[in-house]
Amino acid sequence: MPILTAGTKAPNFSLHVTPDQKLSLSELRGKPVVLAFYPADWSPICGDELSVFNEILPELRTYDAELVAISVDGAWCHDAFAKHKHLHFPLLSDFEPKGLTARAYGAYREADGVCERALFVLDKDGLITWSYCSPVAVNPGADGILKALEELPK
Amino acid sequence: MSKLSIAVTKHDHIQGNPDAACSLVEYGDYECPACGEVQTIIKRLQAHFGSQMSFVFRNFPLREIHPWAQPAAEVAEFAGSRGRFWEMHDLLFENQESLDDGLFEALILKLDLSGSDLKRARSSDMTKKRIDADFAGGIRSGVNGTPSFFLNGERYDGPTDQESLAALMEQVLISDGD
Repeated sequence: MPILTAGTKAPNFSLHVTPDQKLSLSELRGKPVVLAFYPADWSPICGDELSVFNEILPELRTYDAELVAISVDGAWCHDAFAKHKHLHFPLLSDFEPKGLTARAYGAYREADGVCERALFVLDKDGLITWSYCSPVAVNPGADGILKALEELPK
Repeated sequence: MSKLSIAVTKHDHIQGNPDAACSLVEYGDYECPACGEVQTIIKRLQAHFGSQMSFVFRNFPLREIHPWAQPAAEVAEFAGSRGRFWEMHDLLFENQESLDDGLFEALILKLDLSGSDLKRARSSDMTKKRIDADFAGGIRSGVNGTPSFFLNGERYDGPTDQESLAALMEQVLISDGD
């Protein structure tokens, strides 16, 4: 299944954001949301990609947008990775049942057992307005996200 | 494919012939080891391609993971305001494992940037604005980590070893009929 496209309602999810806390997409309703699925904590490309996203947080704030990143890694792994990279946005664990959320977005790589490198921008009502699936070896950068946020109705 | 959103102008730090058929733009971070390693490769490419290529360096300090990247960029830009950008740029990369205020002071002294000190170098609004503008332009162009390269305005996602870069540049030159 290809990734969900603009005009689709973003499927809700409730995933661990820390070992003892969960975050649901519905809690972010009312704000634009950027969902960044990525294959793996600690891999070089994902590390670069998330470090760049980390640096655009001030700009995301000007759109009142929330960024959450999702991979199949466990919450403790996310915790160590986020500390190592000084990441200031939540990393969610699509860990059990593995890849359930990624599958709902069409962003799961069955053969590899990891998420695609896929980006989604949601409007404040939870509707997907832009999505992009990058070749897994190519880091997409943040230009597409910012352009999509810019195009949201004010 | 992401494209360079900020065109190269005379306000850029540019080496080589600005009208060359191959324009290579790097977004880099002085504390990034991969940017340090690629320095030698760029110098070899410049030696090989001569007036057929130009090279531009723009700042992309990943401040959260590299605490000395922004101060180093400020020092380089300050040297640039005195016409000594490339010398400082090279010295910072050569010493990228020991970036700190002591090193910056020593390099300012070494380049004999007369009448200036580190405090003055680091408090310039003009240099800070330039670095912020480089960074914002980089994000808009799809810079996705450091170093990021744009060859004639197109983001290059391939390997950054000398052979791969040289092969691609040869191709660009051939397709330009140059």
